[in-house]
Amino acid sequence: MASKKKNLAFNDYQYGFSMPEHSVHKTASGLSRAVVEEISQVKKEAPWMRDFRLRSFAIFEKKPMPSFGADLSGINFADITYYLKATDTQSQTWEDLPKEIKETYDRIGVPEAEKKFLAGVSAQYESEVVYESINRELDRLGVIFCDMDTAVKKYPELVKEYFGKLIPPQDNKFAALNSAVWSGGSFVYIPKGVKVALPLQAYFRINSEAFGQFERTLIIADEGSSVHYSEGCTAPVYRRASLHSAVVEIFVKKNAHVRYTTVQNWSKNIYNLVTKRARAEENAVMEWIDCNLGSHVTMKYPAVYLAGRGARGEVLSIAYAGAGQHQDAGAKMVHLASDTTSRVISKSISKDGGITSYRGLVHVASGAKNARASVVCDALLLDDISRSDTYPTMNIKEESAELTHEATVEKIGEEKLFYLQSRGIKKEDAEGMLVNGFIDPVAKEIPLEYSIELSRLISMEMKGSIG
Amino acid sequence: MLRIEGLTAEIDGKQILQGIDLEIPDGELHAIMGPNGSGKSTLSYVLSGRDGYEITGGSVTFNGLDLLAMEPEQRAASGLFLAFQYPVELPGVGNANFLRTALNAVRRHRGEPEVDAMQFLKLARARMKVLNMPDDMLKRNVNVGFSGGEKKKLEALQAVLLTPRFALFDEIDTGVDVDALKIITRFLKKHLPKETTLVFITHSTRLLSIIKPQEVLVIKDGRLVKTGTGALAKKIEEKGFESIK
Repeated sequence: MASKKKNLAFNDYQYGFSMPEHSVHKTASGLSRAVVEEISQVKKEAPWMRDFRLRSFAIFEKKPMPSFGADLSGINFADITYYLKATDTQSQTWEDLPKEIKETYDRIGVPEAEKKFLAGVSAQYESEVVYESINRELDRLGVIFCDMDTAVKKYPELVKEYFGKLIPPQDNKFAALNSAVWSGGSFVYIPKGVKVALPLQAYFRINSEAFGQFERTLIIADEGSSVHYSEGCTAPVYRRASLHSAVVEIFVKKNAHVRYTTVQNWSKNIYNLVTKRARAEENAVMEWIDCNLGSHVTMKYPAVYLAGRGARGEVLSIAYAGAGQHQDAGAKMVHLASDTTSRVISKSISKDGGITSYRGLVHVASGAKNARASVVCDALLLDDISRSDTYPTMNIKEESAELTHEATVEKIGEEKLFYLQSRGIKKEDAEGMLVNGFIDPVAKEIPLEYSIELSRLISMEMKGSIG
Repeated sequence: MLRIEGLTAEIDGKQILQGIDLEIPDGELHAIMGPNGSGKSTLSYVLSGRDGYEITGGSVTFNGLDLLAMEPEQRAASGLFLAFQYPVELPGVGNANFLRTALNAVRRHRGEPEVDAMQFLKLARARMKVLNMPDDMLKRNVNVGFSGGEKKKLEALQAVLLTPRFALFDEIDTGVDVDALKIITRFLKKHLPKETTLVFITHSTRLLSIIKPQEVLVIKDGRLVKTGTGALAKKIEEKGFESIK
């Protein structure tokens, strides 16, 4: 069925602008041991971190590319700049920020959000955290929320105890890469019993042609604590491939609760390859809310190791794949202890030839009694040329385990569309309402300012297709 | 004025409407009756513009406009409303959002100012009260988990909010108990504008004891076979549709 397709990425992408580069330090493009050493030197890191990077680089060189997932042949490692630092010092308030960077953030709406209900913001521009604002309340509570580089310097013992322990460099090639060249990202430590009421947020963007972004985030929620961390990002459009390979490690101690929300809207030329893993101890709760809208390719499988009795893990995800996009995402739930529960809800939408793949694992180890796991993956195909796949894996070593797996594939119901049109609602608006309705079970868990933006983005994408 | 001339239509290659001729003047209340499978619902879908129904002949003029040339949303904008027999569920679509969007779409077409969230709530709540609908209905999703009666009440609420010029109710009594039916019909009579043309499609005479149509139109085998008044309805009640030739 031929229809005039509007290439949303290059005509209408409202965040598709870029600021002229204003970098203070930039490594030569391409990756080598020398580049890794240079990065560590510029950051003035302690030997233990430099050694960690070099070891990781050696692993990266040896590791093969993943044998599953999306097509990564477009990545040219030699063509990427691995480090870029935009300003020398970090600012405390928005007013101190260099003009260009402030303009960038103004246009993606960070100041408004800041006024509303942020507890503190750690924002990243071209591999380095240049803005950091920690309010007095967090300090008073003993909460640490800073960029990863600062954490390595200020809290080395704490960082050393956890850094790379959940996701070691050997885990996969891109974890090794991140471990070698990471820069920026957040470090969060919540002391025992402290419940942080307002979401902690971080914004970052890629703003350089053929530039890679490798932030590293580490969150430690001590016993009985709770925190909600969220990240959302936009990026300008470029012709050459851009690589984003982050690592997020989260330790949820006994009776603690962590929710990590991501709304990702990278421009449609970016490879977004992320390793995210959490470890939940006794009665701990870990929730990943993962929303993938942008990028050319995303490979991301948030995981929870349910290591303590009664621990609970959740992954609620939304994936949207338009023309030229492949969202290969899912979840991994590993039940290592008894009475643990896990829930996965995956909602994916494919349009204009986009591909969404759900790739999930539920593993119940021997001895993990009375595990309960449920997986629901629903796919919405908006036309005949789009695609959705499901690759669920279940390794169950315990008879007492209870598992459910439901998968549906549908297209927008003609009867539903007609119902809305018969009430005066235009077809593309009706489609937008129904698609938003489809993702509602997950979308309603996303913080309000994201869900409003998300709903608008979906409506925009629906309108963009009408030829 | 709705004028249908020689309307024939088919679905999946099967001819359902065999040539409908009828005229309904503005502001009147009519009932369209007929046995199951006579083409009553097909007629309502054809009038509202549903996909899959192929018009093979005839014409429909609605206030001078060529209705069949219009998209469903345009027909709604020009004042046509159809209350469905089996209203479909819309998972994840909230009632408040849906109703307000529909209301503003219609208002926009008419050049009327749109209503904001607060104005809408005030309007909706006032109407819902008359229908005995609980306030939390607005927080629920459209028709999801609704009983038959709740669905028909929601259809009636939409009719009143959208202030159509011509409202067609397809089997409004299906799945509704007698008390709810009385509430709904009373609500429609009181809150729809006086000028609104009302047409009730039904295959049972139960409804006609509550509403008194000015004319009863009988459809059989895709054709209008008889028109009459309350006496015709009584004959159907006593002797069935077979007695109508």
